[in-house]
Amino acid sequence: MSDYNFAYLDEQTKRMIRRAILKGVAVPGYQVPFASREMPMPYGWGTGGVQVTAACLTPDDRLKVIDQGADDTTNAVSIRKFFQRTAAVAVTEHTGAATLIQTRHRIPERPLIAGQILVYQVPIPEPLRFLEPRETETRRMHALEDYGLMHVKLYEDIARNGAIATSYAYPVKVEGRYVMDPSPIPKFDNPKLSGTPALQLFGAGREQRIYAIPPFTKVVSLDFEDYPFEATKAPHPCDLCGDEGSYLDEVITDDRGGRMFVCSDTDHCASRQAEGHGGRLSTQGDAA
Amino acid sequence: MYVAVKGGERAIDNAHAFLAEERRGDPAVPDLSVAQIREQMALAVNRVMTEGSLYDPDLAALAIKQARGDLIEAIFLIRAYRTTLPRLGYSTPVDTGKMATTRRISATYKDLPGGQILGPTFDYTHRLIDFALAAEGDAPPAPQASPLGDVPRVTGFLDREGLIEEEPASDATPGDLTREPMELPADRALRLQALTRGDEGFILSLAYSSQRGFGRTHPFVGELRIGEVAVEMDISELGVAIEIGEITVTECETVNQFTGSKTQPPQFTRGYGLVFGQTERKAISMSLVDRALRWKELGEDDTGAPVQDQEFVLMHADNIQATGFLEHIKLPHYVDFQSELELVRRLRAGMTEAAE
Repeated sequence: MSDYNFAYLDEQTKRMIRRAILKGVAVPGYQVPFASREMPMPYGWGTGGVQVTAACLTPDDRLKVIDQGADDTTNAVSIRKFFQRTAAVAVTEHTGAATLIQTRHRIPERPLIAGQILVYQVPIPEPLRFLEPRETETRRMHALEDYGLMHVKLYEDIARNGAIATSYAYPVKVEGRYVMDPSPIPKFDNPKLSGTPALQLFGAGREQRIYAIPPFTKVVSLDFEDYPFEATKAPHPCDLCGDEGSYLDEVITDDRGGRMFVCSDTDHCASRQAEGHGGRLSTQGDAA
Repeated sequence: MYVAVKGGERAIDNAHAFLAEERRGDPAVPDLSVAQIREQMALAVNRVMTEGSLYDPDLAALAIKQARGDLIEAIFLIRAYRTTLPRLGYSTPVDTGKMATTRRISATYKDLPGGQILGPTFDYTHRLIDFALAAEGDAPPAPQASPLGDVPRVTGFLDREGLIEEEPASDATPGDLTREPMELPADRALRLQALTRGDEGFILSLAYSSQRGFGRTHPFVGELRIGEVAVEMDISELGVAIEIGEITVTECETVNQFTGSKTQPPQFTRGYGLVFGQTERKAISMSLVDRALRWKELGEDDTGAPVQDQEFVLMHADNIQATGFLEHIKLPHYVDFQSELELVRRLRAGMTEAAE
């Protein structure tokens, strides 16, 4: 695809996106408007993340793309292929070997390190959107740090259900100022947002917003003293690698209620199996 | 036993091959040429150019072919192509007053300078299936006339009498929502850009809702004109504007009732629509929506109608954004669903315990 510039976007556009990223880094958790471009994949498929990745990629990068934690889901394959074609960058499935990771709905299990960039695909960047549909209103609420509505919502959850009924895209407060949507990651992943040495960038293409969590930023999941935030997962070990602490996908194995649980992070699971760990249904048979 | 969903790459390649085969259809049937689509599916081509924001009939026809006739998909292809094109410069504003009109009608005057020209319209056809079209054969030639140029505007007549609001000329550079993120409230130029790019069906329904009473604006089609206009560009090296081509556009100006306010005497107000090619339904719908969105500057009441709500209209008019976000729910969501599954199980378990 020599007809297109490196990583598809022209340099002027990349510069515009980089400015938005820098502003986002300077004001952690603040949603920076940017002139999102039409991309050759549909809105909702990760156009925001793709634009951020395109603006950050250099020819020396090693790219990893995951969707639902997995490298081999169709959309992850498609985006990885896009950058192989348009930027000819090296790709990897190993979290540790990647310099830039684009993700949809998960943070890798393996802790990120300094120098890595994690790019999130974001559908609705506004954490207050489902409480207040108007952008004009929500921008004012952020400006005034008027987050009462969010706390009322969480309180009403507890009053009705005895628990906060948000299990993914769980709102956080960044460095004591902006309430931010961490994208639809399960709340299990929320603690990993805080204090990581890696740079976290969030791109919402359709909604034309970029925001960022710089390295070592304090990110707190909203909660109450008597109802503290709790990261939850299925109460099982992985059936393939035996890990007790990773986020699991539930897989229906037959029509008689049979099911199994496997790591959602395919690289994590495969690495553990390669190290000799096994689970209930492991073919190696050495249940850990 | 669990088989990991490996092979996403092969699945995609195979799906694409299948799609290409389906797109072609029965190979015994001759392949459609791009020129055939451009010439015989011209109204589809016009819609794709208008909502794709790119005037290129051949490219639009090719996009329709590639999209198997799905016009929103074709618009998407055009948009994704357009965004990669370098912006070399800006034309001077086109002068629709100098349009070589092939169709020009007014619903407010029986006859007027420049005359009523029906042009190629479905308006007075009987909607009976023409089975003769299923057979081969060319249409008999239509009588010829030269297009009219320099046709005066209906709103110009009203303007001279002070019966219609003034539209002061401005040299301000209009915003461009494809280059700057749209900020609300958006000015009229930016709203018009969004409406031109907006989905024809959505704009039509909003306009229709205003006719039915949700944000009523009492519109008359003052004038609808279709024809070719020259596109000119200032070449700084030459110091003059030169014509770089001609495009066909549809322009609609509505004349709307306005009872006046404390500061303004009663007069008519304007709605405006401008689109590529012959795309009348869109141009008229756009004028109605444009006029409805102007309630604030004209001192009218906010009746809470959807068509009056700038944020609602502008944020939901783009069919590429809409279809992308809608269809993305086909993508995997197992991680989120899993966390919901656990939450529901936990809440149900809590209730069972409480009941015991």
